[in-house]
Amino acid sequence: MSHKPPVRNVPGFTTEEVVSKIGFCEQLKGGVVMDVIDAEQARIAEDAGACAVMALERVPADIRKHGGVARASDPTIIEAIQKAVSIPVMAKVRIGHFVEAQMLEAMEVDCIDESEVLTPADEQFHVDKRVFKTPFVCGCRDLGEALRRIHEGAALIRTKGEAGTGNVVEAVRHMRALMSQIRALRGMDQKGLERTASELRVPVELVGWVAEHGRLPVPNFSAGGVATPADAALMMQLGAEAVFVGSGIFKSGSPEQRARAIVRAVTHFEDPKVLVEVSKNLGEPMVGIDINTLPQQERLAGRGI
Amino acid sequence: MLALQGDFAEHEAALRHCGLRCRQVRRSADLVGLAGLVLPGGESTTMLKLLDVEQMWQPLGAALRSGMPVLATCAGLILLAERVENPNQRSYGLLPVTVVRNGYGRQYHSGTFALVSDVLPPGTTGTFIRAPRITHTGPGCEVLARRDDDPVLVRSGAILAACFHPELALGHPVTARFAAAVRAHAGAAGRGAAAATAADCGA
Repeated sequence: MSHKPPVRNVPGFTTEEVVSKIGFCEQLKGGVVMDVIDAEQARIAEDAGACAVMALERVPADIRKHGGVARASDPTIIEAIQKAVSIPVMAKVRIGHFVEAQMLEAMEVDCIDESEVLTPADEQFHVDKRVFKTPFVCGCRDLGEALRRIHEGAALIRTKGEAGTGNVVEAVRHMRALMSQIRALRGMDQKGLERTASELRVPVELVGWVAEHGRLPVPNFSAGGVATPADAALMMQLGAEAVFVGSGIFKSGSPEQRARAIVRAVTHFEDPKVLVEVSKNLGEPMVGIDINTLPQQERLAGRGI
Repeated sequence: MLALQGDFAEHEAALRHCGLRCRQVRRSADLVGLAGLVLPGGESTTMLKLLDVEQMWQPLGAALRSGMPVLATCAGLILLAERVENPNQRSYGLLPVTVVRNGYGRQYHSGTFALVSDVLPPGTTGTFIRAPRITHTGPGCEVLARRDDDPVLVRSGAILAACFHPELALGHPVTARFAAAVRAHAGAAGRGAAAATAADCGA
């Protein structure tokens, strides 16, 4: 008799994709993914206890400052970072730019972030993530965006927040929206689920899965504006299972110390005493931006809906 | 289960499915009164840093040597190995194996593979994710399953260690085997309360 242990069933994913793509993302839980722009920063991140790094040419704060079209990083930078560390290396592609994604897969990047932080390449379609063997992470502002990305094949969802601002308010808004919409599905009858599915433009099976389990079928992380250990713990208490920190670490006064503190804050997110301890003497945090002063065209979260 | 970082929630679900009660271990005090211990998958470098900063390296070592059943998967196996390569890193040295981190390649090479074993049901598979590769086993290390020629499930004393992730499936025979060991240990130690009902794990 053949023994096939039952694996959770996720609409639109094969059993193998559930264990190998989503399973990879599960390994990152309780951890911190840090943005790095070179091998030295990557080593600092690994030494501080990052569970993965995001290889970039410029962190989001500098993308904002620099302006122009932000594209996938030079492969040389990604390769140097892959050589420097033993933890997973992620990299970003422009929304809809499936050729940049093909290139990252050819480089065996561990996870691809189809990211609103870069300038979108396609205003209508996201990358068809199902045809890739590499797991994808995508940003969302609410349940509709999350489920559309999962339907396209994303194995990991993160809040968009407002990257490069050092201001957590948008990440909080997006996580709260997501969680309250998930809660609202519980106990909904079939007609309600069908209506919701049609409003969100996703298959009813996916909405039904969320209603039944009370969560997304893939891990749910937070990103966009996390600058302090308290910000990271806030996102975890609001329901994130891990945290991406972009500009918050290497745009601060003492990156090593801040990186270590945020790693510890994510493990002990429910223990205010530990949070007090790790928050002492961290030096200057990155300078934040009030979202209300950002003109609409400079807000990244509205990209790729 | 050690809950510093990694897929401890998946282990918890898999063990609850087998009828065991679970507790998350984030500090030394959490180690008191356990009937078994799980070192989950995740990033071994992250876990090493946190074990140091929480001053848990010694207390966890004592718990691992106490003779209670231990299940270690992926990163957990790396923490226990005698020797770790690619790169060299510190480990407890309680499992007489040499292990190469990411020995099967990056995530692109992850996947589910057939296991060859005399002790697992025929057709049992294992999901390998950026998995460590065991290149050498020493005396006292029993190989329970192989992927092609490589040992991927090993036992040494009370430690059961897998390069793959049984916790990603409910009722995987490796989880069932560990759950049975926890029950036997709890029973022998007269601590029936620490292990729960003898629910069938489906394996």
